[in-house]
Amino acid sequence: MRKVGATFGLLAVVSLGFAAASVSAATPVEIQKGFEADARQGTPGFAGFSAPRGEQFFKARHGNDWTCASCHTENPLGPGRHAKTSKNIAPLAPSANSQRFTDIASVEKWFRRNCNDVLGRACTAQEKGDVLQYLLSLR
Amino acid sequence: MDNATKRLAFDLTVWIVSLFVVLVLIAHQAMAESSVAPASNDRWKAECGSCHVAYPPRLLPAQAWRRMMSQLDKHFGADASLDAKAAAEIGAFLEQNAASGRRAREPADTLRITESGWFQREHRKVPAATWKHPAAKSAANCAACHTLAEQGDFRERNIRIPR
Repeated sequence: MRKVGATFGLLAVVSLGFAAASVSAATPVEIQKGFEADARQGTPGFAGFSAPRGEQFFKARHGNDWTCASCHTENPLGPGRHAKTSKNIAPLAPSANSQRFTDIASVEKWFRRNCNDVLGRACTAQEKGDVLQYLLSLR
Repeated sequence: MDNATKRLAFDLTVWIVSLFVVLVLIAHQAMAESSVAPASNDRWKAECGSCHVAYPPRLLPAQAWRRMMSQLDKHFGADASLDAKAAAEIGAFLEQNAASGRRAREPADTLRITESGWFQREHRKVPAATWKHPAAKSAANCAACHTLAEQGDFRERNIRIPR
């Protein structure tokens, strides 16, 4: 009886461990769902995300010198290069780089910084979702 | 053996032993210097190393790092802001391992490592053409010549100048 209890105890600890480990890990689709929930609240008349709109946003200038593509290039399936330091940047599209859009804190950090550099303001949930929709459409 | 020969033998032995001791001391000093592992911190490496080489803390005085960390949202023309927890950990690491000795007395009016007096002295023999080489692009690109800069190793023997 005691042995069974110990086994259950061990199982409980192991599954708790897995649950804790999976808290920070997310999938790009889950992250997109988060943007969707935010957009439903923040964008009046929200009608879903659009890959073509995201592509246009990604490649266009928004008042400042840099575009998203200045560093990530016009082909986010390939490696990028920092516009100022020339340091290599791993591909941004999830199909080319499985690490991308798997950590919400990292996603929010880079949108915060890069939107500030490219637009001089924070991006809306609509804009972030459109860009992710575009990146997810790339194969 | 006469006295003169004995004396010569003694003098020679003393000289050779002294020379040996001095050489061993020099070698020991050089090895000690090269085997000191550069200060490292995982969060510093990940955050400061994502857009450029994670510049070792010993390259700037503590007060320069403090100023750098206080204006990360305007970091040489880019937003490099961090959340408060990461900023606190990295700031403490940078200040604890900041420049000591002569480098610590650099004026803190510039945050650019390349404008420090010691940097200019160390690189005074680098020709202008090398700085403009396409593989280097910028004096901030340590790894263009310091092949092990990513590991914090800036020793002379690991320098390869692009041609």
